[in-house]
Amino acid sequence: MTELDGLYALWYREFKVFLREKSRIVSSLFTPLLWIVVFGGGLGSSVSLGGTNYQVFIFPGILTMTILFSSIFFGLYIVWDKRIDFFKEVLVAPLSRLTIFAGKMLGGCTDALIQGGLMLGFGVILGISYSAQMVVVTIIFMLLLASAVVSIGLIIGSFMESPEGFNLIVSFLVFPLFFLSGALFPINNLPSWLHAFTTLNPVTYAVDGMRGVMLGISTYPVIMDFGVLLGFATVMIVIGSVAFSRMK
Amino acid sequence: MNDFSIASDRAFGQVVIETSGLTKKFGHLVAVDHIDLSIREGEVFGLLGPNGAGKTTTLSMLATLLKPTEGMGKVNKHDIVTESDAVRRSIGIVFQDPSSDDILTGRENLYLHALMFGVESNVREQRIAEVLKLVDLEDRANGQVKTYSGGMRRRLELARGLLHRPKILFLDEPTLGLDPQTREHIWEYIRRLVDQERVTVIITTHYMDEAEHLCDRVAIIDDGKIVALDTPERLKQAVGGDIVRLRIKNPRLNPVKDLPYIVKVEQTDAFLLLTVKDSSTHLQEILSLVGNADSVELRTPTLNDVFLNYTGHEIREADAEGGFFERATRARSNGK
Repeated sequence: MTELDGLYALWYREFKVFLREKSRIVSSLFTPLLWIVVFGGGLGSSVSLGGTNYQVFIFPGILTMTILFSSIFFGLYIVWDKRIDFFKEVLVAPLSRLTIFAGKMLGGCTDALIQGGLMLGFGVILGISYSAQMVVVTIIFMLLLASAVVSIGLIIGSFMESPEGFNLIVSFLVFPLFFLSGALFPINNLPSWLHAFTTLNPVTYAVDGMRGVMLGISTYPVIMDFGVLLGFATVMIVIGSVAFSRMK
Repeated sequence: MNDFSIASDRAFGQVVIETSGLTKKFGHLVAVDHIDLSIREGEVFGLLGPNGAGKTTTLSMLATLLKPTEGMGKVNKHDIVTESDAVRRSIGIVFQDPSSDDILTGRENLYLHALMFGVESNVREQRIAEVLKLVDLEDRANGQVKTYSGGMRRRLELARGLLHRPKILFLDEPTLGLDPQTREHIWEYIRRLVDQERVTVIITTHYMDEAEHLCDRVAIIDDGKIVALDTPERLKQAVGGDIVRLRIKNPRLNPVKDLPYIVKVEQTDAFLLLTVKDSSTHLQEILSLVGNADSVELRTPTLNDVFLNYTGHEIREADAEGGFFERATRARSNGK
């Protein structure tokens, strides 16, 4: 019972903080909106891909971007927790490290999904007509991606002592994952070196899956995208649990 | 109700904290060096020493945040290494640095703690109300913690430490960084919670007056070792007399130091410190022998004198910010 209460407590804290720090929501949605409106709108005025307007084509990619960035930053945020010593209070509680990890991860997924959901709503303005099934499958994809990336953030954050390395992680991890995912271009006619990277990048399958569901354009079968993403999330959650159980 | 001498009429129960040979090494550095403690239920026990003496490290081991390198420790009859969950359930802890979430309200912080420490749902609200009342924070409970003063935040954390009715409460430097007035307030609250909650309290501090005001027994720690352990009264008696402190340029030491009632003579830059038995009757004679003093101060010994007596150096308040080592251990217990 205590473990479940503890799990709820950790989630509740993240959720409250998220609701109270409105500037975080606004700033995390602003960049993706710039991409859609300015970049997508600008390029879309003269480019269309596979019969789809470019702005609409990159929409699933930008949705992925929203999840990617908010999730990784959420995870890295435990560096601040450690600094203000709130985390010490959590670590001294009679809770297993697995519960602490799970609470954090679910909190992060909630945050990311709310932001992804808001972006999803923006798709209506772009003229995408959603069906219930589309929304459900898209949310499942977002959830899998969020749980994997929040875990990555938590893993890195559990080893970091100060936020100085944040920029390094954004430059060398988050941006490559984003640019090599096919979020901004189709991945079937790429030069072979680029093709190799996109194939290895798990985020590719999130973009491909969501694009397949929303626009009917996909390189891989959606069920395969789902499988790869599920595997990715599982591996990251397991590594995250181990990283937390090693944490003093 | 506001009885300031908490020690006098309380009978202490069975042993709730026991350590033998408790040791922590960081590489070659011995932070805590074979400490033996036996603390009884209902006691207010002080670990007094300068920063880097090993107080916080000792506390962290008892709170299961650090694993001892050697030795044994039991808290509420549970082993601190093999039964850490049971230990965690029996203790409350107030950390040196603020550890409440300042985006949340005071009440929300308490609510989270109640959930994480297994306070039953049917008593949660009532218990939160009780501890808020105990530290007089009822009317600010719904404000975000970032609007609190340092003292209020400390009080909230005291309340939080007690929320799950721990048998033992650890207070790590409970008044560090607070102004003198707020410190005295916090002391009052600590006394109040000892009276009302019947909890055993372990306090680490480098403030002499704090140990003197609050503690039933004090262990003086220096360099990872316990150098003295007794009630503040008896520790002071052990110094052997009163302290006469003279500001004097060139004291004549020879005629003074062999007098039978002089226990100890110590000389610093501008001062001469004498430990004197029956000082009031002998002061005149001392002054006539020692030479022209610019000023004279006579006082009963404080724990500061006790500390000096046992360790040969004073606790310097300037260390309050935390020495390198204390920081190093804190970083360790925070992170990895």
